[in-house]
Order: sequence, then structure tokens, then C-alpha cells
Amino acid sequence: MTLDDTTRGDFPILARIVNGHRLVYLDSAASSQRPRTVIEAMSQYYATSHANVHRSIHTLGEEATALYEAARDRVQRFIGAARREEVVFTRGTTDGLNLVAAALGRTLRPGDEILLTDMEHHSNIVPWQMAARDRGVTVRSIPVTADGRLDLDGFERLLGPRTRVLAFAHVSNVLGTFNPVAHLCDRARRVGAVTVVDGAQAAPHLPLDISALGCDFYVFSSHKMLGPTGIGVLWGRHQALEALEPTRGGGEMIKEVWIDHATWNDLPWRFEPGTPPIAEAVGLTAALEYLEKLGMERVAEHERALARQAIEVLGAIPGITVYGPPAGVDRGAVVSFSVDGLHPHDVAALLDQEGIAVRAGHHCAQPLMRTLGITGTARASFSVYTSPEDVSILARALGALRTQL
Amino acid sequence: MTPPAGAGLYSDTIRARWRQPRFRGDLPDATVQAEDVNPLCGDRVRMMVRLQNGSVETVRFTGDSCAICTASADVTAELTEGRPTTEAARLTAEDVLAILQADIRPTRMRCVTLPVSVLQKALRP
Repeated sequence: MTLDDTTRGDFPILARIVNGHRLVYLDSAASSQRPRTVIEAMSQYYATSHANVHRSIHTLGEEATALYEAARDRVQRFIGAARREEVVFTRGTTDGLNLVAAALGRTLRPGDEILLTDMEHHSNIVPWQMAARDRGVTVRSIPVTADGRLDLDGFERLLGPRTRVLAFAHVSNVLGTFNPVAHLCDRARRVGAVTVVDGAQAAPHLPLDISALGCDFYVFSSHKMLGPTGIGVLWGRHQALEALEPTRGGGEMIKEVWIDHATWNDLPWRFEPGTPPIAEAVGLTAALEYLEKLGMERVAEHERALARQAIEVLGAIPGITVYGPPAGVDRGAVVSFSVDGLHPHDVAALLDQEGIAVRAGHHCAQPLMRTLGITGTARASFSVYTSPEDVSILARALGALRTQL
Repeated sequence: MTPPAGAGLYSDTIRARWRQPRFRGDLPDATVQAEDVNPLCGDRVRMMVRLQNGSVETVRFTGDSCAICTASADVTAELTEGRPTTEAARLTAEDVLAILQADIRPTRMRCVTLPVSVLQKALRP
């Protein structure tokens, strides 16, 4: 019995028929599906407890505030954060990375360097370019090896006293590579660089102990981990977060306001101006409860097995190239591949005719695509409800694909 | 016999043009040319045109593109070769769709419109 046997019934959308076939959803890295408990928790919140949070001195306001802040406690526990003030709610990973980049950008001086990697998602590249612009700051990047891992010798050559920021993905959204977070952060700390980790493809799939990773900031989204869209988390080590000036102003983030100046609220609210995504926080709580009940060790083990299976069966089909670290190397819940003579979008469109949802294109990682010498790939990605049968169905469909166009 | 998967999505025209495009290739003595990318997928299409006496004499295209985009580029070239330049510049995606005869979904419409807009860019005075 595999994990999906106990979970599939909890996800109503998996009963959908797409183009006459049972839905085979292999696009969880883009956005996962939601269990019934998440959908019901949000709908229950709207039906019984909604009001604005924090300043509403009435029963509903108090209930909404309690639920919103309970989500923060739940996140703190889920990621192993030392303090609840370290958990800032954002709109998602992209929003969190923009927040950190804009705030850190203000502290940079001409000659400083921001170090990224060649396997970053555009959301961990473009905000840093914006932060560097007009400041005389240079963006540099750690190369990727032919088998899809970070070139650690290259990293040592690029890291230096000018490096002020090191920003990188915990798990590559294209290759599934696990990057050595603790090692990278340790090396960066020695030169005094601030470390920012994009955890979008890690938090949904691995047990996290954020304090042990050694980074300064860690960012992820709810919607890739069974929760709703529109909410994400920026975790910051207390001291690192305390050192950041807020870059967005409004209600809730202030202590006192005069017409010409203002003072800031305490952490974490200093970084949460305006009405936050309250129902989404309630949904995220339900998602994390669901994952905790399954156990993240089991989730990781299930998805590792699916990745192994996919690499093996897809790799055995003539004309299919699988990208990323070779079988045997531990990797995340995504498998990118290409089919000889077929464009990735055509692969995805033909698979969709059989009810199979995969992602195709550059996966918002154009620098990596250039490194690999391709314009795009197709990508199958997994979650707690993905079954070994789903992977077999994909392999069968791919085997028959090349005759169809 | 059941039709192969994707029969509605990829018409015979698209399949044929994808397998054997008639206008794919370089045009070293092009009078005008333009290139653009589809931000959704990173596809890149270059349209090269040789003009003579106010007419489009030859059109060729190159690029990394999917079946729909390749077929669209090929049809775009066919529909404009030999036409007066001003007329060729007025080609629309609807003209191309009428030839492709396929059920193009909204998510793939950019694959059809990219070559047309690149050609328009090349022919812009």
C-alpha cells in the first residue's frame, strides 16, 4: 500500500474526467490540489467567522484574529522556527523574495555582489536584478554541472568579501536537485553574506527544521503544499528580520503615524501592511494539519519513490531524455524530460488529450534552459496523492506519443 | 479505428506543415526581418522577407517552435509571398486560422499569432 491509497479519496478534484479519461494530475510543482478539509475550513470560516483582523473589537473580529494568528503558530511548528515573530505572511514565494530583495537592496553599496545560481526560478533572479539596478551592484551566478548539480568549486571561486547576498533554491523546480543548504549557508556566513533560500519546491515535500539549515531567510508558498493560493511565508531569523527596513507601508505595519513620519510595528506585523489573506491563512492551517497527520517523512519517501520510478520508466523509452541528477542521487518530486522531435508544448497538449496534466516550457528558468541548451522541457511533478499508477499511465502515453504528430 | 489522440487539436494541416514546412530556412539576402519570443514558452521565431518592386518576393522563417507555431509561420509565409507589401502587412491571425482548420485553445493562441505579429513587425515601414 502506498501513501496515495490513503489520500486520494480526500481530494475531490481527482474524480474529474478530462477529455474522456480519469484525471492524471502530474503538475503539483506548479500548484498542488487541495484536500476536502482545506476547502471546508475556508468555506466554514467565511460562513461563520469572517471579519477584519487585529483592530476589530467585536466577536467576529476576535475570532478572525485568533484564526489568523493560529495559522502563524501552525507554520512556526511545521517549519521548526524558534519564534512565532519570525513567520511573516506574504502573498507567496514570489512576493516573499521581492520583499527581501527590495529591503536588502537598500543596504547594498557600489561594488557589492549578489550571488545566485544558474538553476533559479525567475522569481529568484529578477527581484535581485531590480535590487542591484542603479546601485553599482553586480549579480553573479553559480554554474550548474552537466548532471544538474551546483558547481561547488565554481561557488568557492565566486564567493568573496564583496558577496553581500547569496540567494538559491533549496530544490530546483526543473531538475529536482537538492542543494546543500547548510553547506552553502555556512560558507556564505564566513564572508558575511546574507542567505536567502527559495523553498517553494522543498517545503511541500520534506521535513523542515529551519533553524538547523543556517539560512537567514526562507520563503515558500501555500498553494504548492495543499493550501490555498494568495498566501505564502517569509521566515526570517529574528535578528535578520529585525535588521530589515519595511519597504511597503500601510495600516497594521505601523505603531504611530504623523503626517510626515511614522514608527514601525513589532515583528512580524511590520511586514504585513493592509488586510492580510485571512481565509487563506485558515486554509493553510488545514493544509499543514493534513500534511502533519501524514507525516513529512512519509510524504518525502513516497515522492522519492515516484521520482525513482519515473526516471527509470521514462528513461527506458526510446527517444526520451530525462534531465537532472542521475538515478541513485537523492532528488525532489519533479522529473523533467523531452521527447525527440516533439516540442514540449505539443507533448503536454497531446498528453492532455488523455487526461494527463504535465507542465511544459521553460518553467520560468530560462538561464537554466540556456545552460542545458534547450528551449524547454516537459515536467511531471508529484504530491501526496500521486500514485505509481499515474506514473505508469504517463509512461504508456509517452511510449505511443511519437507516432501522433 | 479510433482517431489518434489529439486529432481535434492538431489538424492534418498542422501535422503536415510541422513534419514538412515549405518555407522554413534562412534567407541571407533578406530586405527586412524581425524576431520575437513567446514569453509563455520561450519559443522564438524569425521571419525574413525579400522585397522587390513593392511586393513580397520571398518569405522564410527559422526558430524553435512547437507544431502549431511552426505551421502558423509556414502558412503566414505562404499567404504573403507574391503579394503587394501593403497587402501582406495586413495579414491577420484569422487568415492563418482559416487555413489551419484546428481547434486552437486560448492557451495556444499565442503560438498562432506570434509569426503573424513578427511578420507585421518586419514589414512595418
